[in-house]
Amino acid sequence: MAKIMRINMTDRTYTFEAVPEQYELLAGRGLTSTIIHDEVDPMCHPLGPKNKLILAPGIVTGTGAPTSSRISVGAKSPLTGGIKEANAGSGFPPSLVRMGIRAIIVEGQPEEKDTYWLVHLTWDGEAGEPKAEFLPADEYLGKDLYKVFPKLFKRFGKVNIAGIGAAGEFRYGNSGLVFDDTQGRPARYAGRGGLGAVMGSKGLKFIVLDSAGAPGAEFADKEVFDKGRKKLTEALMSHDITKPKGALNSYGTAVLINILNEAGGLPTRNFSSGRFEGAAKIAGEAIFEGNKERTGKELYNHACSPGCIIQCSNTWYNEDGTEMVSCQEYESIWALGANCGIDSLDVTGKLIRLCNAYGLDTIEMGTTMAVAMEGGLLEFGDGDKAIKLMRKVGKGTPVGRILGAGTATTAKVLGVTRAPVVKGQSMPAYEPRAVKGIGMVYATGTMGADHTQGYTIAPEILGVSGKVDQFDRDKADLARGFLEATAFIDSTGHCLFIAFAILDIASGFEGVVEECNGVLGTNWTMDDVGRIGKEILAKERAFNEGAGMTSKDDRMPEFMKTEKLPPHNVTWDIPDATLDAVWES
Amino acid sequence: MITVQAKLFATLRQYKPGIGIGEPFSVDLPDGSTVRDLVRRLQLPEDQVKLMFINARAAELDHPLADGDEVGIFPPVGGG
Repeated sequence: MAKIMRINMTDRTYTFEAVPEQYELLAGRGLTSTIIHDEVDPMCHPLGPKNKLILAPGIVTGTGAPTSSRISVGAKSPLTGGIKEANAGSGFPPSLVRMGIRAIIVEGQPEEKDTYWLVHLTWDGEAGEPKAEFLPADEYLGKDLYKVFPKLFKRFGKVNIAGIGAAGEFRYGNSGLVFDDTQGRPARYAGRGGLGAVMGSKGLKFIVLDSAGAPGAEFADKEVFDKGRKKLTEALMSHDITKPKGALNSYGTAVLINILNEAGGLPTRNFSSGRFEGAAKIAGEAIFEGNKERTGKELYNHACSPGCIIQCSNTWYNEDGTEMVSCQEYESIWALGANCGIDSLDVTGKLIRLCNAYGLDTIEMGTTMAVAMEGGLLEFGDGDKAIKLMRKVGKGTPVGRILGAGTATTAKVLGVTRAPVVKGQSMPAYEPRAVKGIGMVYATGTMGADHTQGYTIAPEILGVSGKVDQFDRDKADLARGFLEATAFIDSTGHCLFIAFAILDIASGFEGVVEECNGVLGTNWTMDDVGRIGKEILAKERAFNEGAGMTSKDDRMPEFMKTEKLPPHNVTWDIPDATLDAVWES
Repeated sequence: MITVQAKLFATLRQYKPGIGIGEPFSVDLPDGSTVRDLVRRLQLPEDQVKLMFINARAAELDHPLADGDEVGIFPPVGGG
């Protein structure tokens, strides 16, 4: 039977407890948000002893379901002051499931300031449960994660790693949790919302998992599970976006750069325009063709985590054919590229690699850099200066610390009013004035400005799950529907990219529900998807309310209401009543 | 006769070799042509044409074209 592991960082002890009955059907985001709602004081200081960091794989993680090696990380966010769930793909979550761990709850904090520990988890065959040891982590502090990960693999062998970089040690509002990818790089991130700082505040530097000898996932009804898995696999293998050598496997997410640019919704130079003249140079096609020139090969993308059949992660190569970074995603290229007026994949590649090395969320880093540009620390487009400033963030110089605190803080310090944030978290790569539905998700979602909590871009731009006019303003129902369905998918352990297939192919979505039934022994139908999503969102909203948030926090920044965004010359003109309608139902 | 500026992206680039990424190229069409006529002229398989933008506004295959229009065409794609 799976257990919940509590790690107490005040006295460096740990316990395993049975999963309480009311949590039996919860995993992933459903579990992290429920535990935070139930156990964390919403008024607590996010970096104090009362906050808790929860890591939970999804319902079908580790079962052999396709594209399901994802983990949810939750806490009260130091960036938003509300509840946070961040999500990553890695070998770490299936290993956790193999060891029979449903969630890790990290509590307390060391009394001795600035002491850090590494928790090493192995399988105790005799006891039939995992065992943990707390090891000093001093030798890894402040160091480039690309240099530290090989040391950890050398020391501990074939393991999976979760941890923080210097950013978490500095308690940056912009600090994520890093996880290992399929090739051992420190490159997969539960990035948004400053959870790295929470982990750092608990004196926890790394969790190292050695699942050798561990039993594996459990099923209530393997036959039902296999039926569902087959239906989902068929959907993924047949849809143009998710299939082998399909859009994501060929061009990765960066293919969106040219699309959003055509649509006039690619935020450029700190959200001052919806089109970037250098877009074609940093798009997915440019990556494919640049790599072909530099390596002589047509490179298709790879899996970030075990069992993914979509395989959308790219690698960008230096001119000399050596690897520079894996990967350059749409969001990262946009944030550190178009939004900063930078049109070179070599520059964005270097900046992304530095974010990975220091433990930073690339989205928040890019929007911060753009605000720094508008605030006069450097010019838009100055890639060399951006790289220099990034190094200061990694070193924790005073300027570095300001930038590390994120976009809203940097804007405040520099007197920049054009801060593209909601609930303290910066907006990702879709201009809300030109794509109204995603704007509604940014404004009303529980996570702050976040595109993965409700990806309405699918129907608004990509023609997936129907076709909706990007400028249409009547989108409360659309936003709500996506927020609910996504909360469910975030609990399954599947990557959100399965949505491209399952929103178009109903049997695929049914397959996901059947997989869950096969693991949990439930009798869920498609009707339960919305219900489960609603329940999770209700807990998140309740927590946020307890933290002091009101409908006033479900609003967009003032400058977007008055400044017309080229090329369409549109403003943010959704009435407050429409925003509030998302939750009134 | 009208002249439009066409841009082909992602896997559709193979249908106009030698053109830079996002680089527009001129196509002459009879008056009253639609996006579908452009697609046929360029010999793009219709099932590979998913997203179309005319002067930054989303359009369907039946949309009429005017002289000077900029048309961006994408296959089915996704991202995050």
